[in-house]
Amino acid sequence: MNNQIVRKQQLSRKVVYLNVQGEAPVGDTRSEDEWVGKPDTLLNIRNLRIEAAVHPPGESPMNAILVHDVSLTLKRGRVLGLIGESGAGKSTIGLASMGYGRGGVKITGGEVILKGRDILKVGADGMRKLRGREVCYVAQSAAAAFNPAHRLMDQVVEAALLHGMATRTEAEKRAIALFKKLGLPDPENIGKRFPHQVSGGQLQRVMTAMALCSEPDLIVFDEPTTALDVTTQIDVLAAIRDAIRDTGVAALYITHDLAVVAQVADEIMVLRNGKLVERGMTQQIINQPHEQYTRALVSVHHIDHVQKDCGTEPVLSVKGVTAGYGDGAIKVLRDVSLDLYPGQTLAVVGESGSGKSTLARVITGLLPPLAGSIQFDGRDLSRRLAERSREDLRQLQMIYQTADVAMNPRQTVATIIGRPLEFYFGIRGAERNHRVAELLDKIEMGKSFAERYPAELSGGQKQRVCIARALAAKPKLMICDEVTSALDPLVANGILKLLLQLQKEEGVSFLFITHDLATVKSIADSISVMYRGQVVRYGPKGQVLAPPFDPYTDLLLSSVPEMEVGWLDKAIRSRRMESAGN
Amino acid sequence: MTPISKIISQRVALGALTLWIVSLIVFAGVQFLPGDVATELLGQSATPEAVAALRKSMGLDIPLYLRYFDWLGSILRGNFGTALANGRDIAELIKPRLFNTLFLAVSAAVISVPLALLGGIVAALYRNTFIDRAINVVTLASISVPEFFVAYILILVLAVHAGILPSLSDVDSETSVLGRLTAIALPSLTLAVVVLAHMMRMTRTSIINLLGNQYIETARLKGLPEWRVLVRHALPNALAPIATVIVLNLAYLITGVVVVEVVFVYPGLGQLIVDSVQKRDVPVVQACSLIFAATYVLLNLTADILSIIANPRLMHPK
Repeated sequence: MNNQIVRKQQLSRKVVYLNVQGEAPVGDTRSEDEWVGKPDTLLNIRNLRIEAAVHPPGESPMNAILVHDVSLTLKRGRVLGLIGESGAGKSTIGLASMGYGRGGVKITGGEVILKGRDILKVGADGMRKLRGREVCYVAQSAAAAFNPAHRLMDQVVEAALLHGMATRTEAEKRAIALFKKLGLPDPENIGKRFPHQVSGGQLQRVMTAMALCSEPDLIVFDEPTTALDVTTQIDVLAAIRDAIRDTGVAALYITHDLAVVAQVADEIMVLRNGKLVERGMTQQIINQPHEQYTRALVSVHHIDHVQKDCGTEPVLSVKGVTAGYGDGAIKVLRDVSLDLYPGQTLAVVGESGSGKSTLARVITGLLPPLAGSIQFDGRDLSRRLAERSREDLRQLQMIYQTADVAMNPRQTVATIIGRPLEFYFGIRGAERNHRVAELLDKIEMGKSFAERYPAELSGGQKQRVCIARALAAKPKLMICDEVTSALDPLVANGILKLLLQLQKEEGVSFLFITHDLATVKSIADSISVMYRGQVVRYGPKGQVLAPPFDPYTDLLLSSVPEMEVGWLDKAIRSRRMESAGN
Repeated sequence: MTPISKIISQRVALGALTLWIVSLIVFAGVQFLPGDVATELLGQSATPEAVAALRKSMGLDIPLYLRYFDWLGSILRGNFGTALANGRDIAELIKPRLFNTLFLAVSAAVISVPLALLGGIVAALYRNTFIDRAINVVTLASISVPEFFVAYILILVLAVHAGILPSLSDVDSETSVLGRLTAIALPSLTLAVVVLAHMMRMTRTSIINLLGNQYIETARLKGLPEWRVLVRHALPNALAPIATVIVLNLAYLITGVVVVEVVFVYPGLGQLIVDSVQKRDVPVVQACSLIFAATYVLLNLTADILSIIANPRLMHPK
């Protein structure tokens, strides 16, 4: 009897593959047989379950379920966006469509049907034959994903040659055509270079060309523009989208940035903690999200922040600072002047290499400037950290991008937060514990966290502890260096709200360094735009963000993806200045 | 000046400096040995006058620093002087010995380097399986056993029981190449076993260390078979540390062969230095020490240059 049932299932599946039916359904509410396997269905993932062995600190190893029962279908030539925060299982699902699991990740249930066969059942050799031929992968950081020891061309054509899809001459010809299509400079010769000789944005395009070179049916794009500067991202995004359209390849486009995926995808799946939250056409997800969580993602940057008026006396005044590395041979900052007023936030915004973090190092005294001065609270600050008084050190606190490495992993939260209390104020014992509990309340965590170790906290909680540690010194100025960049959008939003709240209560000033203009808009009172070591625009927020713009600020502002279908086309059309260096 | 030629000339200058310091130490060290050739030659019962006369005739009464410059100058001109013990020209004395030692070292390297690379790659390919563990145990055992022990075991098995190889490696300038190869088969096998383990383990570790890199994942996602991932994508990036270990072991093959040469009675440089120390033949000891030091410096320089060549960032600057 059992045999009969199995046979029946096999038969029905076979029939379904030959069956042409109407529009692809949304979600998986209908029975499988209704929507599975139309002839133009390329990928059909059913009830995918993925687990990994994890080793939580202080506990015995256990199996964590990364993906619960996720199903999806993808037609030929279509683009499905997978979106969610870290831990949502997006990359895991993307790699599963190639039958690949990172580290100890294992696919423990479900089917991945590619072109009519379950690739989880084809064995190791069968899997190798489809990887790089039927499905290709574009990684987040092309800089790390290219082998530094080989020339680009050798890597681009490798898969096509390996799978016997083309001769070397044919493959190279195709690669050069793809380089041209993706807008790479000098397409004939760029393949002769090594990865380190090419910029990040260009490498990302070369990687896309590499994926397209063996003419696959499906490409998995895993956050392909996340590591790029915003003005580079827009060009790469447009190049990738056009390449997908022109070649007719299907794609899984994985990102945490809804505004980015809205420009590329036909459909979007929202994932959270390895489960499907919502699936729909891109228009619908952006404009009429059904689920609460999707709505939160769509409106993530809507913090109401009214710009405060300038005070009279600045708390921090940077005057004509020039600084550099290597005995001043390389100047990273040139004649930078800024004022920050008490209780306000000055956002320093710019792309990588613009000198933002160097400015923070100069203000904290870690890098003595070559010229210029820094006034704090009306008096000159020593240029060197070693010459500053303990009081100066206390007044000026720093919060870093990666909270992970800014804390001693072997100290408890109470020790970490309590240290500035002991160091600056000599507070010990019960009084210290009391103050630590107060600070933990301020960062909305509560004293139950006091005895935990950093490894037992989430990313957002770690950053909150770092904020509490800075706050414990009762500083006048806090320098926040990309403090939300490593966090998921919703968590980052929580941190920003907390910082604004603390500013209101404590009157502390923030020097807020970031590359993210959305963050700037939601937190700043005044803004300084930096480009190649110089301040190109500086003033109150309303003024800086209002036209007329200088060319660089215009480029920067027009490059930030907006939560709007079709934004990319408009932006590309209206761009007035070529992206710098890319 | 390109960055590479700058780095290389810096290394060469450093190597020359090292050699000069070594020459100082070699010269000074030998001076501080108790007694000198004059007392050695004349024996315990010699009169102080006789000793003084001999010292004068051998130039041992000239101030130290003058003797040093004199010595260094003639060495730079290729003149190592004459052996005190038998009055022969040191360069002539050393030449065949150095050739023998190099011949032995090269043949040991020819056996061990390809084997080490292959074994390391195989161990990395089958990491944490039975094959890997077996290779691990064998190499660890060979590294832990003293080389004379390995030598005697090989003699016992291959010379005494099987009788296919000679247990003595007595060669002279008349011996044919084939005869030489047969004669040194056992010592070069012994040396190969001794240096193999280190190189093989380093190859394995260097390759496995790179497997966490993203470009390895890229290679796997292209559908490359695992051996190709290792050989084409991991190995080229592991060349620098592997080259360093190989070169250090080659240096050992030349300078560390004393014990093996003694066991097999092989007329190499190692034997010569041992004999000369016993005879207090200072010029010969100094010359041998300098040759050993130069070998080390030269081979380390080679390792540095190989690392530079293996690094595309240096070979192909932006």
